[in-house]
Parts: sequence; C-alpha cells; structure tokens
Amino acid sequence: MNDLDAENRLRFEQLVLPHIDAAFNLARWLLRSREDAEDAAQEAFLRACRFFHGFHGGDARAWLLQIVRNTCYSWLEKNRPRELVVEFDEELHLQPVATPESIAIADEGREHLNRALESVPPRFREVLVLRELEGCSYKEIAAITSIPIGTVMSSLSRARRQLHSALANSSQKEAVREV
Amino acid sequence: MRCDFADSILHGYFDGELSDAGAAEFERHLQHCVHCAVELVDLDLLSGRLQVAQIYEVAPAPFRKKIRANLRPAAPTPAPASPLSRRWLAAAALLLVAFVVWRVIPRFHGEEDYQVRFASGIVDAHLRSLLPGQITNVSSSNPQTVRAWFEGKVKFAIPVGDFADYGFSLRGGRVDVVQGRTVAALVYANREHLFNVFVWPTGEQDASPREGSRQGYQWIDWRKGKTEFCAVSDARASDLQQLQRLFMK
Repeated sequence: MNDLDAENRLRFEQLVLPHIDAAFNLARWLLRSREDAEDAAQEAFLRACRFFHGFHGGDARAWLLQIVRNTCYSWLEKNRPRELVVEFDEELHLQPVATPESIAIADEGREHLNRALESVPPRFREVLVLRELEGCSYKEIAAITSIPIGTVMSSLSRARRQLHSALANSSQKEAVREV
Repeated sequence: MRCDFADSILHGYFDGELSDAGAAEFERHLQHCVHCAVELVDLDLLSGRLQVAQIYEVAPAPFRKKIRANLRPAAPTPAPASPLSRRWLAAAALLLVAFVVWRVIPRFHGEEDYQVRFASGIVDAHLRSLLPGQITNVSSSNPQTVRAWFEGKVKFAIPVGDFADYGFSLRGGRVDVVQGRTVAALVYANREHLFNVFVWPTGEQDASPREGSRQGYQWIDWRKGKTEFCAVSDARASDLQQLQRLFMK
C-alpha cells in the first residue's frame, strides 16, 4: 500500500485517514458483515493510496467513500451477486450473514433496526446510510453513488419508505410471534 | 390519499435541501395537506430512531492500526536513543510533578452539595444531547475543523484532540449550557458508546480527576491550565479514565 512519497503520505494521513470510520461504516452496511467490511475497506484504502496522486483537493470523504462503494460492489458481484439483482419485496428478507455478532443479540431494539436496514436492497441502503448515518448532503451522495443529483431525493424517498415498511413488517411478525 | 409531494419534495424539505423559494412553496402546501404533515413527523421519527439506536459502526482498533501500519515506510529508521542527561532530566521533572501533586492536591471536603448539583447538571446535559439531532452542532472527525468552528462561538480555547488511534473517534462538537454556564462540548465515540467532554474556563487551580456516577452514567472531572473538563458516558469508568489521560497528554 506504500506507493506514496513522504509528502503525499502526510497529505493522505491528514486528508483521507480521518474518514476511516466513514469508510468502515459504509462497507459494513453495504456488505452486512464486519469481517467482510474490514477486507473491503482495506482494499479500498489500498486503491485510495494508489490513486491518491489523482486526487487534487476537494471533498476527501466523498472521494474515499466513492472508492469504498465501488470496491464493495465489485466484492458483492464476485461473492454474492444475487444481492445486486434483488428488488425490494416486503415479504422477502435477505439471508442474514451468520457472524458471531449477529448471533449474539446485544440489544433487541437495535437488532430490530439492523435487520430492517439490512433488508433494504443495497442501492437504497447506501443512500440511507450516507444520509442518515453519515450526514452527507445530496450533492455528496450524488458524487459518491454516481446517481444524478436530481434523482437523490426520489431515491431517498423510496429508501425511507422501504425501511419504514421493513420496520412495520418485522414488528408485525414479532407481535404475531408473541401472541 | 397519498400526496405526490410525499414521494419527493417532502424529503428535500426535510433534509434542508430545497431552495428558499422551493421550501416556501412546500410550506404553503403543507398548510392544507394533512398527509404531508403526518409524513413529515414520521420521517422525523424514523430519522430519530436511527440516530438513537447508534447503529453507526466505527472502525475497530486493530483495523485502524493495520491501515496506519500499511501507510508507513517499509523500513522504519530506529529512533535515536535519548542521551543519558535528558533521561535524568525527565526523571527529575517527574519527581517534581509527584511532589507538587502530593503537596498541592486540593481537598474537596464540604463540596458534596456542589458535587451532587454539578453531577446532575452534567448528566442532564449528556442525556439532552442524546435526543435526536442534538448531539453535535458541527459534525467532523477533523480536530482542526471542530476547533475552527468553536472560534467566535466561545471565548476560551478548546483543546480538541484526535484520539482515533486509541479508539476514541471525534464526532464533532456543540455549544451547550450547563447550570447557566456556557460550555463547549466535544463528542467522541468509542464502539457503541458516546462521550461528551464538557469544557469551560475556571479560575480554580489545577485538580486531579474526581469521579462519580449518576443514573448509570459515569463522569470524570478535572482541571488543568484554568480550564475545567468533565467527561460523561454510559461506558465503563476505565474508558473514561483512558479518555481523561488522553486529554492530559
């Protein structure tokens, strides 16, 4: 990963490294697994280093997140291609990725929300994560996801509706189970 | 009946992304569209739920280390050993500090009432900050950005540190009022825990940390260089102590 000279390394540390959480968080929500997120985010940082000379200032977070996103999508294409063609269906819930942490349910409320967010297809999940968790502006979301800025608002609208109904759906199921 | 605006403009309005004219137009619509009015509240609830659940996943410490290590030059040059005289000087300074701490540590007898009031004010401010949309006025993991934001808003210097390497990532800051006093609040996250570090000027002399807890929240308070600090969190006391040490570095 060490393709940078001393000066660029310092710039990279100052501009790009502070967004390590944003990178990890986006990868985690796109891949629905912390382990896979570590691999993909590390690969993304490698790429970021390699192409850092092409970054001439501007929004470093958006630049890094764009690389993270593209890396995650190519990872999904290779390892879980089905997820990319799936359209949102209220009845369908994606197969959970079995990890020790998803098995050990720490906080039920949060787990509930996690599952709902993970059931939203990646194209819509990513705008939710960028807006609600990362606080990105529409302009930044457009830059990161390569969707036209005019479409960001309607994508968010659909994404929020999907999350909303996923939440309503799962609380209904839980209520049925309790009865 | 579902309103067409609910699927588009409403979101731009909610996110503060409409032009002034666009927002004004939507507000006129809002006056007679019950559907949109309800939808707006639902959106706020949904957004609040996502914030409160704290589902943001910060990068794990080993991962951070790996990324940083990868950045360093392949063959690091070993740091030259410090000359003996310097080490002696450091030891002497340490002795001096130990002496000062031992002799000058202020006593806090008779301060119980103040402490109780103080703790309730701090914990209340912490709880208030966890309400949706309240945690930061400026959201950034960059200490320079946060420091610059505080300039002109508070009349004292804020030591904003970056402790991401130690697992405490900076989330941002805000200006708060605790018991009638304007304070700066720095926000850090460590795993799923949020930390508020309240900072305000004081005329009192330096003091080593005092700790306490209230309603299940731990706090740790200390003074240094005419500045008082108080960190609050639902994390373990040892995590707060670690954060306190990082601030003292």
